Amino acid sequence: MLTSKWVQLAVLAVLIAALPLLFPSGYYYRIGALIFVNALAVTGLVILVGWAGQISLGHAGFAGIGAYACALAPEHLGLHPVVAIVLGMVISAGLAALIGKPILRLKGYYLGVATLGFGILVTMVLTNERIWTGGPDGMSVAKLGLRELLRDMGVRVSGGVFWYWACGIVLLIGAWLALNLYNSATGRALRALHGSEVAASTIGIDVPRLKLQAFVISAVYASVAGSLLALQNGFITPDVAGFMHSIEIVTMAVLGGVGSVVGAILGAVILTLLPQVLTVFAEYEQLVLGAVMILVMIFLPRGLLPSIAARLKRKP
Amino acid sequence: MLQVSGLRSAYGRIEVLHDIDLTVGAGEIVTLVGANGAGKTTLLKCLSGTQPVTGGTVQFEGADITGLAAHKRPGLGLAQSPEGRQIFTSLSVAENLRLGAYNFKDARVASDIDEAYAMFPILKEKRNLPAGGLSGGQQQMLAMARALMARPKCLLLDEPSMGLAPIIVQQIFDVIVSLKARGVTVFLVEQNAYGALRIADRGYVMETGRITIEGRAAELLADPRIREAYLGV
Repeated sequence: MLTSKWVQLAVLAVLIAALPLLFPSGYYYRIGALIFVNALAVTGLVILVGWAGQISLGHAGFAGIGAYACALAPEHLGLHPVVAIVLGMVISAGLAALIGKPILRLKGYYLGVATLGFGILVTMVLTNERIWTGGPDGMSVAKLGLRELLRDMGVRVSGGVFWYWACGIVLLIGAWLALNLYNSATGRALRALHGSEVAASTIGIDVPRLKLQAFVISAVYASVAGSLLALQNGFITPDVAGFMHSIEIVTMAVLGGVGSVVGAILGAVILTLLPQVLTVFAEYEQLVLGAVMILVMIFLPRGLLPSIAARLKRKP
Repeated sequence: MLQVSGLRSAYGRIEVLHDIDLTVGAGEIVTLVGANGAGKTTLLKCLSGTQPVTGGTVQFEGADITGLAAHKRPGLGLAQSPEGRQIFTSLSVAENLRLGAYNFKDARVASDIDEAYAMFPILKEKRNLPAGGLSGGQQQMLAMARALMARPKCLLLDEPSMGLAPIIVQQIFDVIVSLKARGVTVFLVEQNAYGALRIADRGYVMETGRITIEGRAAELLADPRIREAYLGV
């Protein structure tokens, strides 16, 4: 498994590094960065949904917290955006620990609805606290300042290129951490409780605590993704925390294969790219998107990557 | 080692265990036999902490563990191989074993795994395959090996012979006897009364939530009531 971890990371790194060679214009760097941000949030969901077997339909709420931490903290507290990212992570982790404790006792649909409620609550707070957040119109986000630092050092990069590499590197780190977790004692225990919670508790696993850990970790992933999104866009609206965004990242995870980090990243790639490709269908875009999802669920129920991998294995 | 007194348990408002008393002494193999639905598995769940107890006490090595959370019990030396085996099917055989030693981070874990492979060589052969692909007998071996990874002083086994071919059942029972030689106390719940009583020191018979007969295993094997009801002779 150790080698498999490095193979996965190497493939990911090579793809991130090589893709720009194919970009016909600078616009694609922006899409690339967007893919990486989504993939980061989805990686967090792989830990929670794919390994620990807990659903969350409100994870965009944590992305919203990360995003607005980067918008609010520099403006009102005078913090550097990098510190604001960390602040967002801390708040998301704290909130996840606080709400996770009671709601992770729920199972299945009930947990889904409870997390959904959390996401909606975050959206409502962001929408209604106009004085702080600008309400539904959103607010602008201070610059990270790193690009200016690079310019002073003599390296000139455009915003799109800078964020492409920045998000790519953060995604690599996130994937590396997740793959390390997969093979650790905690990772094994997470995957075990997905199989049978009773059996997990009879071998000494503290099931509620472990679920909470997975929830907190995945919340931090979503928070960082939200922060990166806010910083690169320079502008943020409550939509980042919205229900649709929550569903989007769950869909990406399920489409690619929720048990595997690389599969989930593939899901993020497809579902970020597909709307760009489908613009030719104009108003039928959502229809085609839905049809793709249904077909994948029918013919490749374990998600794209695991299903394809299984099929390749069968053919020697 | 294990002392149960006046134990009661219920599913909702329906009490299924009534005033159970039993003891398992250190180094013994004690078996609990009885028909389907008698409450054997429920009793075992009370011992492992996965079923709420409504009355009475469970003591392990003199300490009251009646309300202790399930996940804290393996650390005390009380491990279980649950009914239906409950192995982690999507994890590999080796990962299942390592999870059995969840409470331990020391170097002995590796040698314990080797010992498990020595006990069940087939597990070594299949160590990197998903546990879900094992046959029923192999899964039972894995469930027992996983429970042993917790270095138990007392091992609770729930129907290890369930659904297995006779030759495999014999193999499993041989292992249970060998555990006794290693100083592990065994509490064995079985429907296969004959097989269980043959390897046990003492036995209890359970009927509709009560202990109805208890005694030395050899005596129970000779008891006409048991011969008629459970041994089919």
